Amino acid sequence: MACLCYLRCVRKLWAPAQASQRLKVANLHRSVHQLQHKKVMAEEKPWALISEVGEQGYLEEMADIIKPHFHIISHKDFQQNPQLHGPKIQALLLWNGFPVVEPSLLGLLPSLKVVANGGVGIDHLDVPYINSLGVKVTNTPGVVSNATADIGMALLLASARKVVEGHQVAVDPKTTHIPQCLMGVEVSESTLGIIGMGHIGYKIAQRGKGFDMKILYHNRSRRSVEDEQAVGATYCENMDDLLKESDFVMLAVNLTPETTGLISHRQLSLMKPTATLVNVSRGLVVDQDALVKALQSGTIRAAALDVTYPEPLPRDHPLLGLPNVLITPHVGTNTLTTSLKMVQQMVDNAVAAVKGLTAPNEVKPK
Amino acid sequence: MEQDKPWALISEVGGDCGLLEDHLDIVKRHFQVVCYQDFLQNPELHGPQVQALLMWRYYPEAQPALLRMLPSLKVVSSGGTGVDHLDVSFINGLGVKVSNTPGVVSRATADLAMGLLLASARRILEGHLVARDPETRRIPLNLVGTDVSGATLGIVGMGDTGFNIAQRGHGFEMDVLYHNRNRRSLEDEQAVGATFCQNLDELLRRSDFVVLAVRLTSETTGLIGSRELELMKPTATLVNISRGQVVDQDALVQALRSGTIRAAALDVTHPEPLPRDHPLFSLPNVLITPHVGANTPSTGGRMVEMMVESAVAAIRGLPVPNEVKPN
Repeated sequence: MACLCYLRCVRKLWAPAQASQRLKVANLHRSVHQLQHKKVMAEEKPWALISEVGEQGYLEEMADIIKPHFHIISHKDFQQNPQLHGPKIQALLLWNGFPVVEPSLLGLLPSLKVVANGGVGIDHLDVPYINSLGVKVTNTPGVVSNATADIGMALLLASARKVVEGHQVAVDPKTTHIPQCLMGVEVSESTLGIIGMGHIGYKIAQRGKGFDMKILYHNRSRRSVEDEQAVGATYCENMDDLLKESDFVMLAVNLTPETTGLISHRQLSLMKPTATLVNVSRGLVVDQDALVKALQSGTIRAAALDVTYPEPLPRDHPLLGLPNVLITPHVGTNTLTTSLKMVQQMVDNAVAAVKGLTAPNEVKPK
Repeated sequence: MEQDKPWALISEVGGDCGLLEDHLDIVKRHFQVVCYQDFLQNPELHGPQVQALLMWRYYPEAQPALLRMLPSLKVVSSGGTGVDHLDVSFINGLGVKVSNTPGVVSRATADLAMGLLLASARRILEGHLVARDPETRRIPLNLVGTDVSGATLGIVGMGDTGFNIAQRGHGFEMDVLYHNRNRRSLEDEQAVGATFCQNLDELLRRSDFVVLAVRLTSETTGLIGSRELELMKPTATLVNISRGQVVDQDALVQALRSGTIRAAALDVTHPEPLPRDHPLFSLPNVLITPHVGANTPSTGGRMVEMMVESAVAAIRGLPVPNEVKPN
């Protein structure tokens, strides 16, 4: 049953491909697949370095998107003989932060043309340094937005309506009757303040509007009137105003020097004591120690975080022990279709860069 | 004058089933109040005085034995939309009206329906447990969920609550289908991008998320049984915010065990709470909340206001807002 679902997903993605390639995907008969594989190996394709194919890396379905365009070598195989493999590699496909892009690795890849990241955040990459080696950096904006916006809303709702606590009470062996005190807070018609109104922030606004939420947003630049009206969003030039008025503060910014520690003691103290902080950006956007204090003292009601610093948190971190914190382990883009779209975009970027063409999603340093 | 105010019978103040203090204040503006326990101490004293029974979380139960002790009773005002726990015909037969509080709970309940849908689809509970687990050393890569954006949402029961769910699903760019006794207006359908499915089977076949938002009646009891679950996609999720009895629970257990459907998220079961050894608890793909659909601060207050309004009207012999007639 699961295979059929993957097959449908892969088929959808391959629709715009050439007829011959469509044929390859449509026919999954094992022997034909092997014949095609041999043919593909014999063609002159560039080499790409990846982490691995398997549970800790790429699923087969994702590798199948890469293979028509690149010979793949896993990091483990690469390390067996870096002198042999290194000079062949023109693309590094970066998934979940692996392989780690360090100077020592880059030094072994003299032919490298591109580091193609899976995901939109590239705060883990020193872009100016990589560029100085003549290597491009690309990311995957756009395709991650729906899934990430969905997680933002999932965390907001689960926190507001105490879904996790509710489940734990419902299944607790000691529960004898339905509790009345599992009271949540309103979502409908409450005020949602979005910090960072890029692609993801805007999708969040769209979803919030469906709940008749009042939408405020803060961004480096203001959106068009048309954009604002479409989601009923009001611009807050001053972030403090957004913090004071919001029932839910949603962080959807990139991590940059400007946004590091954006939410600290002062910002948390401006928030309502009934407010919830939701973070789908990066852990470092929030001063975590300040957050712990704010949650312990009731300065804010609760926090729901898909991201922390580090990931995962040390097992004795105070955030893990607070009852009013919901944490998910960076699952923002974790759906199969999103992953497949990300890999397709990585491949498109890498193919263009290797050919010396403009990559669709090249990241330039500021 | 305080003494001129009519008497209302309630279950209790506080505790697990009682009115909250804030709610009591709303009631006391119009009524003198006696709690069930106090009433039982001396039914002959309070019985003839009570003109309204304000039912909160199904208590006090409107059993014949109790009703017989309330000769002056004019109205049973029930908090919530569902009246499946009341024998409306029997109560009307005693010359007593019944009222409920429709509409006011529909947004909070729709919010919870989406909360359950998203939590199930994106595996929020598992994620939280992994994030907190003392053994967790790295971020897991296999905690993969299913898409909500762009998926097909099938709503069974398109009253106030169902319509609110459609609106929310529309915000997620979902493809919204609905099945209802009656078709909604074109305007309503367009507002939330909803497509009518005359045939429930068609909705079940096409949906990635099936949300039950019907009232419990004789027609909707056991509406979702093994046949209906078989029609659903193996990747689909069932969300129930109606009543437990709308679903054949044994069939649901089988369907979840065998992978006939992917998962279920339930705010309601039968009974509530479930017996502690119920098979639903042993399944990893079930999310259950303890009937918290209306549990927000303002919803409770508004419900009590409506109950009081209906009760006051009934006692004055005026038309009763939100009166429930037998079908």
